[in-house]
Amino acid sequence: MAPDVKSAGGAADTAAPLLAGLPDRGAPGRLLRWDLLVGLLLVLVFIGGSVGSPGFASVDNLSFALGDLGEIALIALAMTMLVVAAEVDLSVASVLGLSSALVGTLWDAGWAIETIIPLVVVVGAVCGLVNGLLVTRLGLPSLAVTIGTLALYRGLAYVVLGDRAIAEFPQQYASLAVEDVPGTPIPYPVALFVLLAIITGVVLHATGFGRSLFAIGAQEEAALFAGIRVKRIKLILFVLSSTVAAFAGVVFTLRYGSARADNGMGLELAVIAAVLLGGVDFDGGKGTLGGVIAGVLLIGLLRNLLMLNDVSTEIQSIVTGLLLIISVITPRLVAVIGQRRRRPSPVPSPTPPAS
Amino acid sequence: MVTAPGEGEAPLGPPPDGAPPVLALAGVSKAFGAVQALREVSLNLYAGEAHALAGENGAGKSTLVKTLAGVYRPDTGRVLLDGEPVEFGSPADAQQAGVAVIYQEPTMFPDLSVAENIFIGRQPKAALRRIDRRAMHDRAAELFERLGVALDPEQPARGLSIADQQLVEIAKALSRDARVLIMDEPTAALSGNEVTRLFNVVKALREQGCAVLFISHRLDEIFELCQRVTTLRDGGWIASEPVAGLTHDDLIRRMVGRDLDNLYPKQETEVGEVALKVGRLTREGVFTDVSFEVRRGEIVALAGLVGAGRSEVARAVFGVDRWDAGTVEVNGERLPPASPTAAMSAGLALVPEDRRQQGLVMDHSIERNIGITGLKALRRGPVISRAAERDRARDWAIRLQLKFNRLSDAVNVLSGGNQQKVVLGKWLSTKPDVLIIDEPTRGIDVGTKAEVHRLLSQLAADGLAVLMISSDLPEVLGMADRVLVMQEGRLVAEIPRERATEESVMTAATGGTS
Repeated sequence: MAPDVKSAGGAADTAAPLLAGLPDRGAPGRLLRWDLLVGLLLVLVFIGGSVGSPGFASVDNLSFALGDLGEIALIALAMTMLVVAAEVDLSVASVLGLSSALVGTLWDAGWAIETIIPLVVVVGAVCGLVNGLLVTRLGLPSLAVTIGTLALYRGLAYVVLGDRAIAEFPQQYASLAVEDVPGTPIPYPVALFVLLAIITGVVLHATGFGRSLFAIGAQEEAALFAGIRVKRIKLILFVLSSTVAAFAGVVFTLRYGSARADNGMGLELAVIAAVLLGGVDFDGGKGTLGGVIAGVLLIGLLRNLLMLNDVSTEIQSIVTGLLLIISVITPRLVAVIGQRRRRPSPVPSPTPPAS
Repeated sequence: MVTAPGEGEAPLGPPPDGAPPVLALAGVSKAFGAVQALREVSLNLYAGEAHALAGENGAGKSTLVKTLAGVYRPDTGRVLLDGEPVEFGSPADAQQAGVAVIYQEPTMFPDLSVAENIFIGRQPKAALRRIDRRAMHDRAAELFERLGVALDPEQPARGLSIADQQLVEIAKALSRDARVLIMDEPTAALSGNEVTRLFNVVKALREQGCAVLFISHRLDEIFELCQRVTTLRDGGWIASEPVAGLTHDDLIRRMVGRDLDNLYPKQETEVGEVALKVGRLTREGVFTDVSFEVRRGEIVALAGLVGAGRSEVARAVFGVDRWDAGTVEVNGERLPPASPTAAMSAGLALVPEDRRQQGLVMDHSIERNIGITGLKALRRGPVISRAAERDRARDWAIRLQLKFNRLSDAVNVLSGGNQQKVVLGKWLSTKPDVLIIDEPTRGIDVGTKAEVHRLLSQLAADGLAVLMISSDLPEVLGMADRVLVMQEGRLVAEIPRERATEESVMTAATGGTS
């Protein structure tokens, strides 16, 4: 990276000692450290797991653990962009359920899976359009809107399929959702995730669209005044998030070989926990995709470890909840402490009056 | 107990009956960093007088009010209550001492009734510490009667007009036995009838022995309501004198009176084609039928009182807000409504009023803030080139003589003047044909102010069309080729540079006839 020019006027009257010396990667240093912290925690959990639970570090188990994470990870990519833009979508798990129910019903009605998948994804996009229009056109808070559609879409899933369960999907598709890419221990959904994660990372951190998301999240009004199409971008994000969720619903259904209306119940919490744990500020404008991926893996490994040790799902849920709270509180604590330290920072001296 | 106020030679004359002023400032100075907001200011408020505080924006009026209200503590000098020195540690202390401030737009609890708002936190109690609603209602009704206004104590505060809200605030002040009422530009958002009603209330209070400190930009109101007036200029005390015997011109001269030459380097320019043409632009309830043109090479000022609708016009022209009727043309090309993106690509740039909320993303770096308006230009393939982004930022940082440490520093560590330069860089880097700049030098130091003025002058000379909104009259007169004046949402005057004076602009802005 090129060295920074010193002040054009020669004076360095606006020094910010706290920020000096941190790696200059565009992201504020505090968050970079948070990313690293989560990464470190991930390594610790991995080492701890390998030592404490025989079988944890085996290729089979890790492959299973990763596969088990597929839907959460996929949805977390879209959710990261939403949260960076200071919005949130709580309806994703319900869209997943609706998608699963549709796959089941249509398959049961004798449709071809090649027709079903695109159709279901389109339905997902429509769900996202509804969320997005309610948020951008009516100016409603996304938290409230998507709590509403969380119930609505789950309800629709039950309307579509009732409490039946449809199984027996065609073998070649079912195996796509569980099998590994030939010659590797990587399940197809994971490979897909890696591909999408790279795309999302580039979009978020290197394109104008990504820049716009950070600007919207940090200061929506300033973004609007800079000519950024705030509403359109938000609408796109909501459509994207539901589309991905619907696709994740297909993956989920094929992976378990079971279409049910209650598939993926509560999954949105794991997704949001992973995003926040990854260091994305719930108020928007801050975060990195790398952190989120570390967050997703951390949650996945922890859940896998707990499962291996026969810890009940209740406890697993408690652990997820605690992680969520810790990940929201910690950056704030750090910020408060940082402010305390920053307080005696020098007031910029005035420029001398021009002649 | 007749104690002479701290500074015996206090500005004006003996109290009517020899009593000390209810509230006084004696030689008060207050600085914020390097900015000296108040310099040795003295002010005496006597019971039964309405006292005006006059001065331009930035003269120190708000600091003075906040010192009296216990928000700020003076660096030197004293606050005197009934002739005795006091120290207000907080606004609550000042309230306790009987000092009440009525702000331009009061904050109410919208879901509580008027009576509940008045007695919030001090509700009359009946047995078992229950709130005595009847007593509360009766006492509120009594207060309104004393003020001579018809307001229903049971009405919810939601939906009250600003004028009514102010009356509720005054009633609240009375319920606390306030003896000093400070009104900070109360009339800025009121209609003619509402102003008359407010003045009747103030006159009644004055007759009941309250001291009133009244701030207004409308000079007519000062002459109508007040007995004495204190003028501030650049944080210093200029005069305290009876209103009777003063003319508008006298007062304006006291408020302004400074050498404009150095601070306003105005170049002679060649006026070219019409670059911005606004035709009968209307946004209902905000501004009506606004038409004007700005030509290349011209600096046109949009003057008027706060709330006259100037910034709103700018927002609509740039597309941040929708308009209901009318047209906006840039270089002869009609803009679609409500699209900043279209406005930008047509060659329009807007440096907004509120630097911290609208102009900059405060947490983001200098280079990102400058780059955000040029995301297309910075693209190499699908991704943003960091090198290009940095070059663009560095280029403008040097041109604007930005004082910074690193381009990757967040803009919130910069001083106000340097932040303003970042906003300017952000917009000038789009190479606009028309620059709308809202309050170009608000809250920035004198040195940078002159730099910004020189820059604007240079830009106009280079063929840019500049529309400058400013509440700083000397700036308007010093920089503008033409002055457009807005009043209550309408364009009421267009004054060429030769005829633009403090008086002519102020008169048009206040709708005065003097």
